[in-house]
Amino acid sequence: MRERPLTKNIDLDRGPLSLKEYEQAGGYSALRKALKDIAPGDITTLVQQSDLKGRGGAGFNTGLKWSFVPKVDDGKGHRYIIANADEMEPGTFKDRLLLEGDPHLMLEGMIIAAYAIGADVGYVFLRWAYKSAAQIIGKAIAEAEQAGYLGKNILGSGFNLHMHLHTGVGRYMCGEETALLNSLEGKRATPRAKPPFPQVSGLFGRPTIVNNVETFCCIPHIVNNGAGWFKSLSLTDDGGTKIYGVSGKVKKPGLWELPMGVTLRELIYDHAGGMQEGTRFKGALPGGASTDFMVEEHLDVKMDFAGVEAAGSRLGTGTVVVLDDKTCPVGFVHNLQHFFAQESCGFCTPCREGLPWVEKILMSIENGNGSEEDIELLHMHTHFLGPGKTFCALAPGAMEPLQSALKYFKEDFAKHINEKKCPWR
Amino acid sequence: MPIIYIDNKPYEVGKDKNLLEACLSLGFNLPYFCWHPALGSVGACRQCAIKLFKDGNDSKGKLVMSCMEPVSENKRISIDDPEAKEFRENVIEWLMINHPHDCAVCDEGGSCHLQDMTVMAGHTYRKYKFKKRTYRNQYLGPFINHEMNRCIQCYRCVRFYKDYAGGKDLDVFAANNHLYFGRQSDGVLESEFSGNLVEVCPTGVFTDKTLKEHYTRKWDLSMAPSICHHCSLGCNITVGERYGSIRSVTNRYNGEINGYFLCDRGRFGYESVNSSKRIRKAIIPGNEKNMPGETDHHTALSAVGDLIKKSNKLIGIGSPRASLESNFALRMLVGDENFYSGVAAYEHFLIKAIIEILKQGGLKIPSLSEIEKADAVLILGEDVTNTAPMLALALRQSVRMQPSLEAAEMKIPAWQDDAVREVVQDNTGPLFIASSYSTRLDDIATRTYLGYSDDVARFGFAVSHYINSKAPEVKGLTNEEQELAREVATTLKNAKNPLIISGTGAGRKAVLKAAGNVVKALSMEGKTPGAYMCIPECNSMGMAMMGSKSVEQAFIDVKSNKADALIVLENDLYRRASEKDVDEFLSGFKNIIALDHYTHRTTEKAGYILPAGSFAESDGTLISSEGRAQRFFEVYYPGEEITQSWNWLLNLMKAAGNEKANSLNTVDDFTALLEKTLSQFKGIVGAAPGHEFRIKGQKIPRKTQRYSGLTANLANISVSEPMPPDDPDSPFSFSSEGYRGVLPSSAIPFFWAPGWNSVQSVNKYQEEVGGPLDGGDPGIRILKNGQQTEAAFSADIPDAFHMYSSKWFIVPMHHIFGSEELSMLAPAIAERAPEPYLALNAQDAEKLSAPEGSFMQINIDGVIQNKLKLIINNGIKPGTVGIPLGLPGMKWISLPGWGGGEP
Repeated sequence: MRERPLTKNIDLDRGPLSLKEYEQAGGYSALRKALKDIAPGDITTLVQQSDLKGRGGAGFNTGLKWSFVPKVDDGKGHRYIIANADEMEPGTFKDRLLLEGDPHLMLEGMIIAAYAIGADVGYVFLRWAYKSAAQIIGKAIAEAEQAGYLGKNILGSGFNLHMHLHTGVGRYMCGEETALLNSLEGKRATPRAKPPFPQVSGLFGRPTIVNNVETFCCIPHIVNNGAGWFKSLSLTDDGGTKIYGVSGKVKKPGLWELPMGVTLRELIYDHAGGMQEGTRFKGALPGGASTDFMVEEHLDVKMDFAGVEAAGSRLGTGTVVVLDDKTCPVGFVHNLQHFFAQESCGFCTPCREGLPWVEKILMSIENGNGSEEDIELLHMHTHFLGPGKTFCALAPGAMEPLQSALKYFKEDFAKHINEKKCPWR
Repeated sequence: MPIIYIDNKPYEVGKDKNLLEACLSLGFNLPYFCWHPALGSVGACRQCAIKLFKDGNDSKGKLVMSCMEPVSENKRISIDDPEAKEFRENVIEWLMINHPHDCAVCDEGGSCHLQDMTVMAGHTYRKYKFKKRTYRNQYLGPFINHEMNRCIQCYRCVRFYKDYAGGKDLDVFAANNHLYFGRQSDGVLESEFSGNLVEVCPTGVFTDKTLKEHYTRKWDLSMAPSICHHCSLGCNITVGERYGSIRSVTNRYNGEINGYFLCDRGRFGYESVNSSKRIRKAIIPGNEKNMPGETDHHTALSAVGDLIKKSNKLIGIGSPRASLESNFALRMLVGDENFYSGVAAYEHFLIKAIIEILKQGGLKIPSLSEIEKADAVLILGEDVTNTAPMLALALRQSVRMQPSLEAAEMKIPAWQDDAVREVVQDNTGPLFIASSYSTRLDDIATRTYLGYSDDVARFGFAVSHYINSKAPEVKGLTNEEQELAREVATTLKNAKNPLIISGTGAGRKAVLKAAGNVVKALSMEGKTPGAYMCIPECNSMGMAMMGSKSVEQAFIDVKSNKADALIVLENDLYRRASEKDVDEFLSGFKNIIALDHYTHRTTEKAGYILPAGSFAESDGTLISSEGRAQRFFEVYYPGEEITQSWNWLLNLMKAAGNEKANSLNTVDDFTALLEKTLSQFKGIVGAAPGHEFRIKGQKIPRKTQRYSGLTANLANISVSEPMPPDDPDSPFSFSSEGYRGVLPSSAIPFFWAPGWNSVQSVNKYQEEVGGPLDGGDPGIRILKNGQQTEAAFSADIPDAFHMYSSKWFIVPMHHIFGSEELSMLAPAIAERAPEPYLALNAQDAEKLSAPEGSFMQINIDGVIQNKLKLIINNGIKPGTVGIPLGLPGMKWISLPGWGGGEP
């Protein structure tokens, strides 16, 4: 039996474990251990050694991220620990499972992380639409406060942490950590320039760590079982297990906690049961809407950060969106661009103006009004809305499915233009 | 100074700059929108992209936004890189997706940064083939026109209005490509600095509504450098005229004073020049043959000349809103002993006290740009937003000094605006305000002290005592007052650049003495505190320095020593003294000559009225509250009927046979003679180049080289192109002919550079962007500090305020729109002024059972002012009544003072 540390307590039919049940299942032992035996700096080192990479999509070493928080507290105000639970990436629903299924695991991870970086205030920034998760997390925070895992002088250690639940208003932009911070401060959800990084100047200008829900859920297990154990869970160099998901026209869409590094083929054909009758696999976005398409030739790519990158895409959130041969790829990408154009915060020019243009061009092609010039314009956008040219990663992310669609489904675009209609309609 | 490589050539650049600033300072044309030299960088528009290379071997490089990258040693960048150029062109293309094709009917056209940057970036044909986005525009009040469809979402407007100027009613709404910059709903923009949106906005979203009333393109304006006449700060302005009317006032950059901004009174008050109340022809009394009435210049001159010759004794009353030269000319005409400054007595003594404080040693009089860097400020009794608006804007920057030190410690460059603001958060200060009513700066004050009149002075005295115990102690303060005074004292003492602000606004000498003690106490503690004293009018300082007598002194003197003729220079005496006193004074003269540019109650009493040039039709020198001599220049030639005041007076001297006048011809002659006669004005001649100044033998043109229709303008009169009028008084020509190139900073008629048609072209006139103008900022500081530092403290501590149940204590309330004489002639300003009112604390209104909006009257020393609308203002203390100062239609009352009031 393979190990499923993140989801072992989850039974959606039963509902989440109460605090007591979570404790009986070994919960909060990692926190006790950390507070009693491990210096904050050593926790950071341990997490760094475990090769845990951020599960929000960027894949940055979590321990390394924590290490940038100034070691010495200047005593001029709070430090913050924040869970990014604003899961709005199209096709992605892995954090929802963890939030609804085992809320204390994430909280325990956050408390340990707070202890490691010296944070005294925590926020769970939760997606607006996750109504039941809001109830579940709210209840879990109350339970943890009651039991002395949150609040003042936690478990007699002298360490304090006050935790708040904040529900967003449904803006994809808030998934970007600095836009999340602005939103949490009551400002417009626009991203911030880096440097300074949030580790130094984050929420209200104070040192702050923002991590993804799944990332926090790994922490208690690393503390309990060590970095070596965590690394051994993986089939590759990136530590741990990963919650993978598959959606699209597969037989059994869903989520599975698997060792990091299973192949795309295993995911689609073993776990998701293969393609539905009458459809054929045409391509897939490996890690949410803002990743490049992978196609037939990539089915045996190992789904870890390095593996997917070598195949020209990104692991992202690890939740696969499958494109089948009965779905128009132009329409598929148009749908995605509609989302990104709508969710652009409007701060920088290329994203604010470029994405709606791209969306309109795709619509025009889909309606049979496209031209060769339009393809050129789309290529221009994939280049000039790329990384480093826009203010944040939203537009570059939006361009990933487009640029790969233009590459892999070039003929389908051409057909639209030549036939002056969508061949799928 | 680091060396950077731009397209493989080495350049020395400023150390703490970003690459955009460095490139622009070197003279490169790199397009930008969201960056502004006073607002810093945010990286929103992506227009200033360049290529950054890792090292000399890196040939690929990466695109970066030059405004977001710091300068560092050996950094290698390319502006000409093909990818960077293509990207910049594309940014314009994106911006143009929704920008309307309405340049021809847009007020910004011809002075539009977006036009300039579009041409610079090389974008020509649009590939976008879909519908454009449209918005609903808003009514924003009488100053600003709103046209949202033109918006390119650079965020400059909100960054200026909210972040820089502290405004609360303009914001950005919605998201993605539906961003909306405006108010929550239609309504008048509240900020006193809203007019700057016109210049901050790179395109035609926010435009000058007053200009729209009589629209002219920038290229068709005659322009000259001028000085704002609407308060004492001496902000530098560019005034534009066409066809005999003034069309607009725009900012004239002066790095030490107004920088890139102006207040709304200064920007929109210009329409006084176009007022229907202007005096455009001379009026002389009738005789047997003629009814009194308008006459021509020469007839008036000889009539008044004869009158002066015949009169036994001629009294002259000058004016703090007229130039030094005009006042000095009057002084010459009537003789020193018969000349009065035209300032009310109380004000005369207050300004004298101010000069005494400023002349003492151990302090410095800061410029506004230095005030922005003060790190602890105490304001004593002055409502600066209303009496010296741009000073308030400077203070809004100073309160960020201490909080932003933390950002500096975190190595965040000062230009990285959002990041600095993130660290600073809402922290402000320290700024302490002690006043007799709550002011517009209270929102950024660390602590405020609201006190009755002299209690404000007592508070100031207490602060000085806690700074240095040799300063006299104030008895009878409450514990709270003592504690606050101690806090203020400690904070000022611990600051590097403490600053004390006071002025004539409270109308109390004790307040000024207290301010003087605080300054002295700080200097005795080894500090060099800044002291800035607000005074009412554009040349109040000049008149005080001239050392002449007050208006009331004239009233007294003529009682014992009768005079038969009076000449009043640019002054409405009814704004200086009570109606009764002025009536009595004026009735004592057989002949009254008024020399002014608009009709008022005093000109109505004059038999002889001579049409004077307004500031836009005159040359002259003003001394600002900072003690800075600055020259303003005639913008256009108003025809032969209207003449500059000093010129009328010169000709009157000549007509009256005054020999001293024989050697005088131009305004420069008066400036020079004044400097020679009164040593306190030493240096004023250097304020600007004189009339003989030429570059390569040429004058400086007031008109742009693109001035259109030169030969057609007067074609309805004559088809031959007329000679432009001659200007014997300045180095400027009334034409588009003359020298174009680097000009002396005080003689720049307008900012323009090839490819830079908007006001943003000021970049090309500065030593480095945001720095001083080439050759140094204009103006000469002539008020010098003394040497002695161990000054004696004032011991004139007033008694604590005592309230009487039988009478009210009445304080003057200042209004940026309303309290100043000339700007109220501008319809847009008048629209923003309050109705005459009486302000009471809610408690007092309840006691009187007077509902808000009911009419009240007030009686001070027998002067009854009625029809005052009651407004509730809890920012004034119980027992106090506030009434607006200087509103037209309100009687002159000596304030503050005691009075009775009733519904």
